Amino acid sequence: MAEVQIKPLTLNFGPQHPAAHGVLRMVLEMDGEIVERADPHVGLLHRGTEKLIEHKTYLQALPYFDRLDYVSPMCQEHGFALAVEKLLGIEAPTRGQYIRVLFSEITRILNHLLNTGAFIMDVGATTPMLWTFEQRDKLLEFYERVSGARFHAAYFRPGGVHQDMPKGLDSDIAAFCDQFEAAIGDIETLATNNRIFRQRTVDIGVVSAEQAMALGFTGPMLRGSNVAWDLRKSQPYEVYDELDFDVVVGRNGDCFDRYVLRIEEMKQSVKIIRQCLDMMPGGEVLNEDHKFTPPRRSDMKQSMESLIHHFKLYTEGVKVPEGEVYASVEAPKGEFGVFLVSDGSSKPYKCKIRAPGFAHLAAMDELSKGHQLADTVAILGSMDIVFGEVDR
Amino acid sequence: MEELLEAVAGALGDRILESAVHAEQLTIRLSRETLSEDLTTLRNDSSCRFAMLLDITAIDLPQRPERFDVVYILLSPHMNQRLRVKVATDEFTPIESANSIWPSANWYERETWDMYGIMFSGHPDFRRILTDYGFSGHPLRKDFPLTGYSEVRYSEEQKRVVYEPVSLTQEFRSFDYSSPWEGVSALPGDEKAEEEAA
Repeated sequence: MAEVQIKPLTLNFGPQHPAAHGVLRMVLEMDGEIVERADPHVGLLHRGTEKLIEHKTYLQALPYFDRLDYVSPMCQEHGFALAVEKLLGIEAPTRGQYIRVLFSEITRILNHLLNTGAFIMDVGATTPMLWTFEQRDKLLEFYERVSGARFHAAYFRPGGVHQDMPKGLDSDIAAFCDQFEAAIGDIETLATNNRIFRQRTVDIGVVSAEQAMALGFTGPMLRGSNVAWDLRKSQPYEVYDELDFDVVVGRNGDCFDRYVLRIEEMKQSVKIIRQCLDMMPGGEVLNEDHKFTPPRRSDMKQSMESLIHHFKLYTEGVKVPEGEVYASVEAPKGEFGVFLVSDGSSKPYKCKIRAPGFAHLAAMDELSKGHQLADTVAILGSMDIVFGEVDR
Repeated sequence: MEELLEAVAGALGDRILESAVHAEQLTIRLSRETLSEDLTTLRNDSSCRFAMLLDITAIDLPQRPERFDVVYILLSPHMNQRLRVKVATDEFTPIESANSIWPSANWYERETWDMYGIMFSGHPDFRRILTDYGFSGHPLRKDFPLTGYSEVRYSEEQKRVVYEPVSLTQEFRSFDYSSPWEGVSALPGDEKAEEEAA
């Protein structure tokens, strides 16, 4: 057969494609099956969160953070709560901090479960997705019991958490931990050593450590490239410095390493959850300075001052002293940062949200260049992109 | 904190126009003319090593002649330090792109252009990023209304999505949260008392 010259082809990937993880439109310039240039078009889910926050009080702004990366809501509330606390100069009480760490790690497992399940499905296997969703549902039940909502929790507030955990929740979380390692083992037996899975992921989307830092990667994307950078260790917030856990790093920085890393991180999270349950002290969960945090409802029935505080906090809101601050947490996807500027009123003058996925997706062109079309799906899956946070 | 300030001052010297520490975080202000050079120094200097650019954003202060402060959020994983760099500009004066220093600047600069209308010179792919195709205006400027100017709907007659000026079924409500007791010297209806006092 005579050789035929295939013309360079422009391919429109998404925005409605299950492997695009939401609403990503990617314009791919292809040379046959090889990607020459990838141009992601984002913003299809842009809701103007930052503009809306400028028009809300600090407490009203908090639920917007659940709606950014909607598979790891509490970690983002955490970033915002820490930023406001830094501006106000207050801290959460110890029990509140333990509850926050406990639920941050539950959130990390939630996120990684979804990601590993979806990633394995992207490269061809259906079953693990169903299993991870079974585990996710158990965790979402804990969300519901502690906050009343399965996803949009609005549970971490500036000054602590909204309410104490209900009775019996700690033993149920411990029971979850006991069966979880076996469940992870099941997923691993299906995927990790599977020949097809390895062929699809090993040496795909390799990032060197230097490259990863220059591209602004954080979280598993950076650690996968053998950089031991974890904010929980290097710039510990809350009670992370009292807990014993390891920072997992990859070696080659390819899609397979990032998958293994997320599996191992889940095991570390279980370890942290167990420690939190053991070490959690009693006491208050929300800062007791009622100039900043609402008083308890039972107090409001008895005390005039509490009633006034409540009224002031839910109409005018907290007046935050002038200044600017950047607070960040190690969210499951990477460094989630909130840059807040206050002008002394009860609404933020400016709130910039630093979403980890934005920097990761920006590197799509660099990572997928020279790979085949099917590999872009694997790369995208290993980046752990959620459009709620990329588009904001 | 002092170590960091020393290191940064050692690297940049009197190029730092202003430095401020708030909540144990350091912010320095640099001049627009030497920005690119200074950012490269911050990345390469052995006592700073800000290898990562985490974010670029801006603050809009319309009352100032140079209304924007562009903010660079830097991280040095080697030294475990963070730094914010500020540089002032207006709507018309471009800032040199940081793309050649940190490739992560690419999308952040596009976003800052999209949201604030700040121009970056030497950017390889200077387009809008988050807003709709064909959007005009820069939504995060303080003079841009929260509701925007246009809205879309699917038109059954034309069988396509149409753009129309925003029409609000209910008037936009801007709540005044500030306490009525502050800044008021006389009670409503009691203005006479104030006159007498004066």
